[in-house]
Amino acid sequence: MKKNLERLVNGLWKENPTFVLMLGMCPTLAVTTSAINGIGMGLSTTVVLVLSNMMISALRNIIPDRVRMPAFIVVVASFVTMVQFLMQGFVPSLYSSLGIYIPLIVVNCIILGRAESYASKNPVIPSMFDGIGMGLGFTVGLTFIGVVREILGNGSAFDVPIKALNDYHITLFGLAPGAFIVLGFLVAVMNVVRRKMEAIGKPLPAVQGCLAGDCGGCTLSSACTGKSLVHPKTEEIPVNPKDVAKPVPDTNIDVKQTANTKNTEDVEKSGSDSSYADDDIQGKGDDK
Amino acid sequence: MSYFTGLVLILVSSAIVNNVVLSQFLGLCPFLGVSKKVETAAGMGGAVIFVITIASFVSSVIFKYILAPTGFEYMQTIVFILVIAALVQFVEMFLKKAVPSLYRSLGVYLPLITTNCAVLGTAINNVTNNYDILESVINGFGVAVGFTIAIVIMAGIREKIEYNDIPETFKGSAIVLITAGLMAMAFLGFSGVI
Repeated sequence: MKKNLERLVNGLWKENPTFVLMLGMCPTLAVTTSAINGIGMGLSTTVVLVLSNMMISALRNIIPDRVRMPAFIVVVASFVTMVQFLMQGFVPSLYSSLGIYIPLIVVNCIILGRAESYASKNPVIPSMFDGIGMGLGFTVGLTFIGVVREILGNGSAFDVPIKALNDYHITLFGLAPGAFIVLGFLVAVMNVVRRKMEAIGKPLPAVQGCLAGDCGGCTLSSACTGKSLVHPKTEEIPVNPKDVAKPVPDTNIDVKQTANTKNTEDVEKSGSDSSYADDDIQGKGDDK
Repeated sequence: MSYFTGLVLILVSSAIVNNVVLSQFLGLCPFLGVSKKVETAAGMGGAVIFVITIASFVSSVIFKYILAPTGFEYMQTIVFILVIAALVQFVEMFLKKAVPSLYRSLGVYLPLITTNCAVLGTAINNVTNNYDILESVINGFGVAVGFTIAIVIMAGIREKIEYNDIPETFKGSAIVLITAGLMAMAFLGFSGVI
């Protein structure tokens, strides 16, 4: 139970996908024109994330390691299709305002990232809580950016007009440039927070997504490191034959987490290349 | 309006007016990640043009001749993403064998775009807008050209800001995002064209 709670807190706070890891930037920029849209997108992503995490974790011993990426994609895409239909049926207005970004949940870095780095190595229940934590963290992030942009751009919050701002809103913030600028300032604020946290000796986990200067965080762009979608057979022969079914030993996660929390030099300072590549993390684990 | 005029309008609209990065927010990953140098940005742009054009063609053929007649339209997300992922791998293998010179210049960038949201987004957009096959290809090409324009301009600017005196806090991705915001503002100016 303690572990489950820890997963929730981890997603919501310690490794918040929007503020700390900076993952899933496409939907973050695109749908946050208003707070309601942010919540809608966040919750639909959460639903997909929880379901796909559970399914992938349940299937983790069946899916062959070599074709795990295509398998994950099929699982995620199926759930996205279901969510898409449910939204079309029950919340048609939200469905039309989110538009193309609903099917694009499939390629959201957060979902495949969690599938690869957590769900494929852990039992169903913790994976579910990991999904809930990460999903809610993403929802909070989107809602926050949505509120900021709605107040600045439209003079309202959650579709309720703020009287004092009637004549003082800047329409630009509701449009595309506003999204970039608000996110730019958010990154700047997070840079300050990072430096403060580092100064008191509690560095935040490194930025993982597109903003890290490479696409290391997107699991699919493990391609960045020269790997292809269908993973070639690894030559390592596991010592214990039982481990054959489990592609990656569980210890790997601990290694990753310690690497995340311990390595101050890895913590993103100014968008320099802090890579999330597997080799990097493994190398650090070995040093330990 | 003749069919040809329609094609030109689609091309201009997808390349400039509704720029894929600066107004649709698709393909941000390579836009922010591979825009440090103009040469690499141009290489990436070339690879994207190649992949999106082919992917638009293949996905719209599949939709028109396989999914639509059999009533499986709702499978489009799953089918498109798998087809695109397979296609990129296939294109990579084909280029490696058949056109090694092109592979040398684009090869490194191809795996990067495997499931770039711009590729999938364009395929889905083609279907939602009811484009026929030729229109889809033109739209895909336009989207990719728009991406190339944006990423090359961005790389040019980033090469210059490298030497600027930026506040410590804004160094790195913060200033890049704000630059992108200013570029998006400039591209807003095209919004009345069509």
